Amino acid sequence: MSGLLINDVSMTFELPNGGKVEALKNINLDIKEGELMSVLGPSGCGKSTLLNILAGFLAPTEGTMTLAGDQILAPGPERGMVFQHGALFEWMNVSKNIGFGPKMKGVPQAEIDAKVEELLDIVGLQEFGEKMIYEMSGGMQQRVALARCLANEPDVILMDEPLGALDALTREKMQSLVLDIWKKTGKTIILITHSVEEALLLGERLLVMAPRPGRVHKEYTLPFAELGVGADLREVKRHKDFGKTRDEILNMIWDMEEEIMGRTENA
Amino acid sequence: MLQEIITTLGTTFWMILGILGIFAIYLAVSGVCSIVYNMYMRGKDAARGYTSLKTVTFGDESAVTGNRAASVAAVVTLFLFWGIATGSKLLPPILPGPFVGDSSFSYTATNAAGQTADATVYVRVHEAANKEATKPEFTETATGFAKSDALVVPERRTKIIKVQSNDDGGTEEGFKVTAVNGQEIAPNQAVAIDAGEVFMTRKGSLSVRPASGLTMEALYLPPPEQAWKRFLNVWENGYLGVGLWENVTWSLIRVVFGFALGCLFGIPLGFAMGLNSWLRGWFEPIVEFMRPVPPLALIPLIIIWFGIGEQGKISLLFLAALWIMTIAARAGVSGVNIAKIHAAYSLGATKKQILSKVILPNSLPEIFTGARVAMGVCWGTVVAAELVAAEKGAGKMIIAASKFQLTDIVIIGIIIIGIIGYGIDVLMRMAENKLVPWKGRG
Repeated sequence: MSGLLINDVSMTFELPNGGKVEALKNINLDIKEGELMSVLGPSGCGKSTLLNILAGFLAPTEGTMTLAGDQILAPGPERGMVFQHGALFEWMNVSKNIGFGPKMKGVPQAEIDAKVEELLDIVGLQEFGEKMIYEMSGGMQQRVALARCLANEPDVILMDEPLGALDALTREKMQSLVLDIWKKTGKTIILITHSVEEALLLGERLLVMAPRPGRVHKEYTLPFAELGVGADLREVKRHKDFGKTRDEILNMIWDMEEEIMGRTENA
Repeated sequence: MLQEIITTLGTTFWMILGILGIFAIYLAVSGVCSIVYNMYMRGKDAARGYTSLKTVTFGDESAVTGNRAASVAAVVTLFLFWGIATGSKLLPPILPGPFVGDSSFSYTATNAAGQTADATVYVRVHEAANKEATKPEFTETATGFAKSDALVVPERRTKIIKVQSNDDGGTEEGFKVTAVNGQEIAPNQAVAIDAGEVFMTRKGSLSVRPASGLTMEALYLPPPEQAWKRFLNVWENGYLGVGLWENVTWSLIRVVFGFALGCLFGIPLGFAMGLNSWLRGWFEPIVEFMRPVPPLALIPLIIIWFGIGEQGKISLLFLAALWIMTIAARAGVSGVNIAKIHAAYSLGATKKQILSKVILPNSLPEIFTGARVAMGVCWGTVVAAELVAAEKGAGKMIIAASKFQLTDIVIIGIIIIGIIGYGIDVLMRMAENKLVPWKGRG
């Protein structure tokens, strides 16, 4: 019972004009410990809402979620978040950002320092501990965000389009890093993305969600994440199933978007 | 009412013309300086930075940097204008100054019997500062019944002289002055002389008006050297028993105390309003109402409540700073990116920790911006409050000096107030760069 259990979660809210939005409807998921899951879907399919509910920032209107048997009611350090733009504290240097979680818990400074040192090494920022956040590039900032999240030793890492704002080259490097960290730490990782390729690469399990109401449309179990650990990601992309699955999912999302457009036009 | 508005419109129109004229002169000087500068710089090594390679500079704000040479020339020009307009002794005379020196004119009188005789009036025009000037001495050359006169006049002033009073038969009916320097004169008429003009009053006396020239009188604007001399004097001896530094320090102390009080209450109040719906609702009406009330409008009430002592002034400055700091702190809280708050909660921070480690540092840039505005407003308010009632202070010094028409003290007071206001802003900016280097780079 150490996994993440999502039990019949629905999220409905009212718009100011009286309309109702079913952001999520009857979501049931059982995410095992150490699983790497990516979530994909067109805008408005509720994937960010799902992540915010899991993080504890939003309360679902129906259903429950449990992590290792404990119900999720509020944000907590056992569920770490990585945001699209890092959400780093720019008034602290890199080391202080990474050590923020342990510091808040009252961990002794010597232990924090050792932990920070180790994490700087993992994310490849050995020399940058004393740098200020605003002196670093977007990719480096995301490395810091990852390290800050890891420093707290969460059971689950929730990633909200963490690589969305990066250029293609940096993105590829960061994808490798995410895979490495997943393998090294054995953390459960749930990653939301807009990029089909990224979802394929960074998901043992891939969830395609559909909008109105937000729901799970299709689920895949994929070998690419395992193949990609420590390997050349471009090699993985040349795998014959990779292209096939990518096209299938792209068509699926294309159809969903067509449908949404059609509905708006008819309305 | 309507009539007054129309009159005001007319006044404003004339002001537009006046301002245009002044600007035109100043811009023309700027243009000339610019041409000279460019001619001087031609062939000199220009900057070879990235910006110098930009071809599009018109519209690219980052390519426009203040030309230091222009700034220096502008300030020098201002001082030159000041010197020229006041006839400064440091410059060669450019505008004609007031007539100063000895002069004379002759007059022709007709006595009751119809005979005429000539006499001379010796005029000495002395500088305003020279209080010991005496009437010029002369040897009588007049031969008839008219006798010569002597007259001493301060520059730019007018003096009436009844030339006939020492003439033989001058008090008789029918005795009158008929010409000046050979030109006929009658009551309400004027005749030009070397030193200016002579005007005949309705009763037949002569009014001597030395030429006032085109320069400004020290009463309106003292020349720079006079202001400087006065500055040194006030620096050493103070004014009305209060040292220059003491005046300035008192103004600053009031500002610092009032501002500190405003921060002490304003920042927590702003945080409360940014963090709690009830408290925002509770304080919003008063904050929104008090914010647009200029602090100067509160001076009468403050004087009624607290008198003219320090308490009143500090209360006023407290009120001036309070709302600005409240709104700045509130804006700082609302400016916190929600992702940062979420991140902090996900990292296990408590509410108290989020307040001190995330919200407070994150709102510091906004608070500093507010503090700069508040310091500026406080400085303006303290001077104004001292103008109304105070025993010491920069504002007190200039208002007291104005009552004795010591325009030079008023001018140096204004310059000192300006420099200190600017200094405060520079200091605040330096503190900002030092304390919140991440500002605008989040």
